[in-house]
Amino acid sequence: MKSFFINPLILRLLSVVIAFGIWEYLGRIPISPAFPTFLQTMSALGGMIADGSMLAVYPATFQPLLIGLIISSILGIGCGVFMGLNAKAEWFGAPVFIILQSAPLAALIPLLTFAYGIGLTSKILTVCIMAMPVIVLNAYSAVRHTPTSMIEMGRSYLGSSRQIILKIIIPSASPVIYAGLRLGAAMGFIGAILAELLITPTGIGDLITYNQSIAEYDKMYAAIFSIMVFAVIFIEILERTEYIFFRPDKRVTQ
Amino acid sequence: MSSVSESVTKDALPIAVSVNGVTKIYPGGVEALNDMTIQFPKGELTSLLGPSGCGKTTLLKIIAGLLAPTSGNVTVNGQPVTGPGKERAFVFQDFALMPWASVLRNAAFGLELQGVPKSERNAIAEKHIEAVGLKGYESLFPHELSGGMRQRVGLARALAVNAEVLLMDEPFSAVDEQTRRKFQEDLLEVVADEEKTFIFVTHSIEEAVYVSQSIALLLPRPSRVSEIIRPDIRRDISPDAIRRDPVYLDIVERIWQSLRTYVE
Repeated sequence: MKSFFINPLILRLLSVVIAFGIWEYLGRIPISPAFPTFLQTMSALGGMIADGSMLAVYPATFQPLLIGLIISSILGIGCGVFMGLNAKAEWFGAPVFIILQSAPLAALIPLLTFAYGIGLTSKILTVCIMAMPVIVLNAYSAVRHTPTSMIEMGRSYLGSSRQIILKIIIPSASPVIYAGLRLGAAMGFIGAILAELLITPTGIGDLITYNQSIAEYDKMYAAIFSIMVFAVIFIEILERTEYIFFRPDKRVTQ
Repeated sequence: MSSVSESVTKDALPIAVSVNGVTKIYPGGVEALNDMTIQFPKGELTSLLGPSGCGKTTLLKIIAGLLAPTSGNVTVNGQPVTGPGKERAFVFQDFALMPWASVLRNAAFGLELQGVPKSERNAIAEKHIEAVGLKGYESLFPHELSGGMRQRVGLARALAVNAEVLLMDEPFSAVDEQTRRKFQEDLLEVVADEEKTFIFVTHSIEEAVYVSQSIALLLPRPSRVSEIIRPDIRRDISPDAIRRDPVYLDIVERIWQSLRTYVE
């Protein structure tokens, strides 16, 4: 019985059940007429999936999100690794990204709209400015913290700079780079929704604002809930790819 | 003290590694080595023994070509050292194993960097993994091994590239005492089996006396070779008997007397 309660899967399930239970309870008090219960939200979600209105909006949201995340990942890891390897690039780049990471970037969205209009470009850029700083800074700091003895090992066994970077520094940095990617992806989801709420209502953002305006709160929460589920699944998949491609040792301990 | 001869110059052994007037000043002005000259005979295990701060590890890294000396030079088989070389292999204090790679890949990594084809390098690595006593552990990852086993992988990696000179930087200092003793005994076998030159950095007097054919006693401030000791202890008796042998104990005591004034 004791081992049943310390089983990690059971514990995770339990925490989810407790959170949803509290949601259901608060919805039933009710704390606000605009706050539906968990079960109402789920039934609205079921209805929206069944009539197709939910899945129909996702392509519009995922397009800027995925393009933005791919650009941020490639550019971000590239910049970060380069900054970690090259002191001049570090002096040049680190302050910019540190400021970007701590600045309230949502405030830049009107500026992007002025410059690039209300189309896809602005939304992709919103995802990028949200996701990139954390990806860059994590990649940079991961590369900088490669154990010295590991690099010395590569040098003493006659590894070329290219071999040392590809076979030692990148795999050694991959856990922290991936942590940055996961945080970046989470920020990217926020960026995509922000863009849909602040620039033009499309996709899931439209579903949220529209249902809010006609006081269909259960549908509004169902839309918010669905994007959260997608974000969690996406980040989980990202984590798996790390184990498969870079860190087979971690699969052993899982 | 008749069993201790004072000099290596009488020996006819050829010289594998020669350190000539090497000075190393780190950026910031810390002087780690000052005009150090020392020679390492071929086919022997020479320990660099001294208190912390005497520049043992700095000297080893200069021999490895990982650090450039501020002045002076190092030659290996008469060739000046300008960087790491194929004829030298390094064993690291913290093992420097790649946590994401299996024992086999770690042991074969030196060959992988040299571009040896996979099947060939794995065959060579497997042979050396067996030689260091890790047969059956090839597919495990470093975090699944004990500290002593990890350093055996580090040793297998160094042996696999078939270098003439093995540079060992306090290889057993991160290993527990029991494992360390077993490892020292195994090292003696490796030294006897392989016709290689070993340069072995340690701060343990007992370890140096037990494993070495010759001990270079380094002293700090300024760093210098204070003396070369050849502990001619009997090798035909059991390891436990060696550790109780009066000759062995006398040498340990004598080195301690030389070093004790330098220990804060």
